[in-house]
Amino acid sequence: MSTVLTPASEAELSEILTGRTTALRINGGGTRLRPDGPGDTLTTSAISGVVTYEPGELTLIARAGTPVRQIETMLAAEGQALAFEPMDHRRLTGLSGEPTIGGIVAANVSGPRRIMAGACRDHLLGVRFVDGQGRILRNGGRVMKNVTGMDLGKLLAGSHGTLGILTEVALKVLPMAESSRTLVIRGIDAARAVQDFATALSTPFEVSGAAFHDGTAWLRVEGLTAQVAYRTDRLTALLGRDRIDTIEDADSRALWRDLRDAAHLTGDDPVWRILCKPSEGPAIAERLGGQCALDWGGAAVWYSGPKDASTVRAAGGLATLVRGQGRVFPPEPPVVAELSQRLRRTFDPANILNPGLMGD
Amino acid sequence: MSSISMPQPDAAIIAKKDRIVADLARALPADTVISDPEETLAYECDALTAYRCPPLAVVLPRTTEELATAMRICHDHRAPVVPRGAGTSLAGGALPTADSVVIGTMRLNDVLEIDTANRFIRVQTGVTNLSVSAELEPAGFFYAPDPSSQLACTIAGNIGMNSGGAHCLKYGVTTNNLMGVRMVLADGRIVELGGPQPGAPGLDMLGLICGSEGQLAIVTEATLRILPRPEGARPMLIGFASPEIAGECVARIIRSGVLPVAIEYMDEVCLRAVEDFAKAGYPDCPAVLIVEVEGSEDEIADQIARIRAIADQLDPIEFRTSRNADESAAIWKGRKSAFGAMGRLGDYLCLDGTVPVSQLPHTLKRIGELSVEHGLEVANVFHAGDGNMHPLILFDANTPGDLERAEAFGRDILALCVEVGGCLTGEHGVGIEKRDLMTRQYDPQDMAIQMEIKDAFDPGWLLNPAKVFPLEVSQPHRDRAAARA
Repeated sequence: MSTVLTPASEAELSEILTGRTTALRINGGGTRLRPDGPGDTLTTSAISGVVTYEPGELTLIARAGTPVRQIETMLAAEGQALAFEPMDHRRLTGLSGEPTIGGIVAANVSGPRRIMAGACRDHLLGVRFVDGQGRILRNGGRVMKNVTGMDLGKLLAGSHGTLGILTEVALKVLPMAESSRTLVIRGIDAARAVQDFATALSTPFEVSGAAFHDGTAWLRVEGLTAQVAYRTDRLTALLGRDRIDTIEDADSRALWRDLRDAAHLTGDDPVWRILCKPSEGPAIAERLGGQCALDWGGAAVWYSGPKDASTVRAAGGLATLVRGQGRVFPPEPPVVAELSQRLRRTFDPANILNPGLMGD
Repeated sequence: MSSISMPQPDAAIIAKKDRIVADLARALPADTVISDPEETLAYECDALTAYRCPPLAVVLPRTTEELATAMRICHDHRAPVVPRGAGTSLAGGALPTADSVVIGTMRLNDVLEIDTANRFIRVQTGVTNLSVSAELEPAGFFYAPDPSSQLACTIAGNIGMNSGGAHCLKYGVTTNNLMGVRMVLADGRIVELGGPQPGAPGLDMLGLICGSEGQLAIVTEATLRILPRPEGARPMLIGFASPEIAGECVARIIRSGVLPVAIEYMDEVCLRAVEDFAKAGYPDCPAVLIVEVEGSEDEIADQIARIRAIADQLDPIEFRTSRNADESAAIWKGRKSAFGAMGRLGDYLCLDGTVPVSQLPHTLKRIGELSVEHGLEVANVFHAGDGNMHPLILFDANTPGDLERAEAFGRDILALCVEVGGCLTGEHGVGIEKRDLMTRQYDPQDMAIQMEIKDAFDPGWLLNPAKVFPLEVSQPHRDRAAARA
């Protein structure tokens, strides 16, 4: 019988892990796939709360289990936001948990704005975590520029709990855009959409979203009001005025929430996200068929359909399984796999943290 | 002379210099290996010139494969390797030891691929930072990180130190603009991480490599994110009655939602030196900010109006907006010549701590007090938008004891940076310069995990082994590595 461990503090978490030899599945709010495998589950949801928030410094420090919703509400009251626009996986996974900031960082979850503002890891200033031996460790801090020692924050972001369990994260936040406008181009195929994306992303107009689904492409511009008006006018002229509609502020924000959460993928088939060179996106989508969508200017292909894992992985790019049963991550080349494995054993010698999720 | 020590060179390695050099020369093209003591002297230091030591030999490969061959031979002989870009490190990151082989990337200087449709450039890492943007200029793109040594410094060094620059307030530092690398491990194996796609599933080793100061691998090729050039850029110069008010103005701009590409700060000592040297026409006042915004003419006017409204609430002594390219150049001229101008006043130590932006006023005040206590003058010129300070401590290298006094003053300033919630180094790196201060920022365990990561990549502790970690802290790791051999 398996149990759920819910430590209420970093010290308690450290006690649980010190000397432990049996596997744990690590969980934040439980909104994404749980790894297959044996063992008890540990959740960080009770290690919760905002430690400090300094709007004038654009910095936030929060414990790992803090709900993302709580953080976004608090930031919005000061006109600020998490610029990396983290996806909410619940619409895909159908799970009912609450996304936590620790889970977001552990999976390096980043939304459409990644093409302009960078990924979650680019906004991470510092971490506290407990490794597989129960050691409480710190790295980075709360300042924007810091090259003191190795950058373990980057390593922990996207490690999916296999190196250590995050207990506290320091993040850079940014002022919310004053204005948001989306250009809509209808009746085109993926290849034409990615050409338009390349044109738009080669302008200095700081396009902050470039997505495509089912014959429609969307381009988003955000910023100061005068800036957005000028830039969308220029882009419209560049891409062909006769075929473009616009969507404004509140509607634009709602649209990008749907695109962020891949809400357009319906049904129960497995869901994959494939990373590639933007220009390769359309060909990969065509090879796969099924329900396909593009984000990040073509560099992220969403696929939902019945094709098996080996067919999906052979279609090109690097495919990650977001919903469904089976191996989540693509295999790594031999020397990279060896280094990854050595790193995991450095942090987690007994192989108890999400064993098997990212490799042996 | 100096207070930073280096480990005793390994006599056994020095004794077999001829064999090591012969093995390298046999395996590599004719002019790749330098072993003549007169020629290796050119590699005895980097920009931290107070510390010097010629290496055993220098290898300057032209391909990843040649570099890998050199690494494997050094590995077989257990000779330490000191990676070197252009040698512009201010932290002693490229300082050799007498038993080490310097492996330089400066001949790896090919541009391999420019792909504007997919917005990346792939280069060998010996290319200079400035030449990357120069290559991209005809296509209307640029590479964002712009360290002030950009004319000389290489991409390899930028990756090693995770370099920043004046414009990283908006565009981020090297790690935010690095998409992939090809690199060589200490044992000579070649590894590729990342690539032209945005990120890669699996552990983010690319993020670990960037800023690891040559401790884990030598990067020979890099895929870099490129950005379209802005339509225009314009600086403004704002003078204030005190450093505290200038600091307050920085915080209010950051908060407002306008995102300038750069906010630079200069204090009175620096302003006078610059005025004597560059005649930039700066106002005579206690503190100046240079704020630069980008965009079209109308967008620039809009942003300037917003910043003017913020500054006006703080009674600026002067608010000067550039009206044309000449005036823009004049505003930047003083800032860009600051380090040269300070050099005319004598020798200086350049520090690099970062503090939270809200702590700038307090930190500036404390640095002033410490200046009086230590009896040495200090000038402040730095990237204010991200709190990355560059106090310059003035001293006279010919006065016995002056360097040591300046170093002691520097240690106090960096301890202050950590105390107010900041860090020892924002963009220059630890090297040897801040090595012994690491214990101020990190607990023993927090340093141990970093050294264990080095164990995983470089079990023999052959890559830049005397850097970053205090020698007594890294001793057990280095001893274990030696015992395994």
